[in-house]
Amino acid sequence: MNALALRMLLGDRAKFLGIVFGIGFAAFLITQQVSIFVGLMARTFGFLTDASLPQVWVMDPKVQFIDDLKPLQDTQLYRVRGVEGVAWAMPLYKGLLRARLANGAFQTCNVIGIDDSTLIGGPPEMLHGRIEDLRRADGVVVDDVGASGKLARPAPVDPSTGKPIGKPTPLRVGDFLELNDHRAVVVGICRVSRTFQSQPVVYTTYTRAVTFAPRERKLLSFVVASVSPGRDVESVAARIRAQTGLAAYTSGEFKRMTVLYFMRYTGIPLNFGIAVVLGFLVGTAIAGQTFYNFTLDNLRQFGALKAMGTGNLRLLRMILLQALLVGFIGYGLGVGSASLFAFVPLGELAFMLLPQTLAITGAAIVLICLAASLLSIQKVMRLEPAIVFKG
Amino acid sequence: MSLRGSASATLPPPAAQPADAGVAVHCKGVVKGYNTASTRVMALRGVDLQIRAGELMMLVGPSGCGKTTLISVIAGILDRDEGECSVFGHDFAAMSSGQRTRFRGENVGFVFQAFNLLPALTAAQNVAVPLLINGLPQREAIKAGREMLARVGLGDRTDSLPRELSGGQQQRVAIARALVHKPRLIVCDEPTSALDHDTGHVIMRLLKSVALDKDRALVIVTHDARIFGFADRIALMDDGHITGISRPETPTATPAAN
Repeated sequence: MNALALRMLLGDRAKFLGIVFGIGFAAFLITQQVSIFVGLMARTFGFLTDASLPQVWVMDPKVQFIDDLKPLQDTQLYRVRGVEGVAWAMPLYKGLLRARLANGAFQTCNVIGIDDSTLIGGPPEMLHGRIEDLRRADGVVVDDVGASGKLARPAPVDPSTGKPIGKPTPLRVGDFLELNDHRAVVVGICRVSRTFQSQPVVYTTYTRAVTFAPRERKLLSFVVASVSPGRDVESVAARIRAQTGLAAYTSGEFKRMTVLYFMRYTGIPLNFGIAVVLGFLVGTAIAGQTFYNFTLDNLRQFGALKAMGTGNLRLLRMILLQALLVGFIGYGLGVGSASLFAFVPLGELAFMLLPQTLAITGAAIVLICLAASLLSIQKVMRLEPAIVFKG
Repeated sequence: MSLRGSASATLPPPAAQPADAGVAVHCKGVVKGYNTASTRVMALRGVDLQIRAGELMMLVGPSGCGKTTLISVIAGILDRDEGECSVFGHDFAAMSSGQRTRFRGENVGFVFQAFNLLPALTAAQNVAVPLLINGLPQREAIKAGREMLARVGLGDRTDSLPRELSGGQQQRVAIARALVHKPRLIVCDEPTSALDHDTGHVIMRLLKSVALDKDRALVIVTHDARIFGFADRIALMDDGHITGISRPETPTATPAAN
């Protein structure tokens, strides 16, 4: 009887494809939107992902997320180093500084100052040059997107038309920059994770970064630390909090805190949530309507089966099997096509497909199939087999 | 639950054993009504009818006289309100819903006016449906379906879909489906009304030759006067009653009698 149920379903190709399309569309939209949401949220802590070495981030207790900068006094670095269980602790500067371009325009840059001696907190991947070259006079490392985009040398302008001739020239190793009226030499080009901030990222040493920055009493953005081997990271972070009065989070905690901040204050989850709910509703409507029509079209056949001795339980199993098949195929097609976004060669696309997303989509599809088959089940359960005698 | 099979232990014992052991269907004072929005319409108003094993009984009468309701009650797909009705001594009213469903599956064959073949299944698969319902493995069921199709003259069309068959061929498939599980009662609803005269006669000859034997009864509801001659007896119905029972050779109906 199971084979019979499947043949009934596959026999009506138009409706079968309609139901699969509805479910596939829902699966696609839910997976794609949730994955882009996750990808965007992951961008909020892109800098934390890049700086993978530190296990503990120490900051002002009022800091709410990674870009919420409330500098500390330099002496806090030594207090953290004095906490038992801390293997090492380094200063880190993070701030927005203005760069002057060759055409006289200004571009705000996200300047990261890392420990001069260890260079901990540096970029995850160097494309040109070496990170050690930051120790050269005025050395900075610029991210590739910034170097070929907002920090690129503008193309020369045709005086007669006033329009640029050719394309901007990307910054290269050896080029100069002017950061907050200070000379900087590009010693390397790096690749970094995309962040919510669209500014170019410029790495330099901590000492040089604080000289680039406007003069302030406090310039230490974070103290990054690692714990001694065998020590529990969370308990060392708790000890730092207790002894210094500062906030200290593990990398994971700081990432979560950042994501929660963006989720709470930006309305992004609501917007994506609406798209996901719409996908769910549209999928349910298409699949439910088509599945119900399929049942209505086959009502006499169901009636005949009932008359010939098929019980309600068996008919229920047949309908659920049909729903399971279309759900399975629709889920596969939807998730499969959504996952193709991961291969789209667009650097700007925030797309991160997690196993949890597949599970969420699967649960949604199960709900859609149940909702779609519910009306059909109700109709068939209440069906009087005597209908088959009505010409 | 089959009347022939080992599962009959689960079936309640025959409740009202008719006096004549050869009686296939025994109805006495059967009443059935339907509720509409404002009133209750009586479809059967005390029907008395007896059909013997080996007999082909036709129910005839004007539209709305209760023919379809009567075969629905006899076939166990509709509950009666009052009266007695048993099939080979088994009363549907004494059975649970599940028992009734199984009883129908094993002991009743159906031939419908609109054939009601499953469009996505081949002829052999359609014929195999009652066997699948009764739990036979698919391979065996389809093999039996092919054999039954050969018996009704469609041995060369076993893999055809219903839409590839003519009306007469589809009705032959439906007859094969009604017979494949060897039911003891076959109910047919207007089996020839969708067919032309010649095809109708072919179908009736087939039904009589293949379906009828001494242990099996056929009940046919029809308007089609062209096939009256195939009946052993004809029950005339009007306004929920059987008004007379005649033999086709006899032009005048005799008073209703059991």
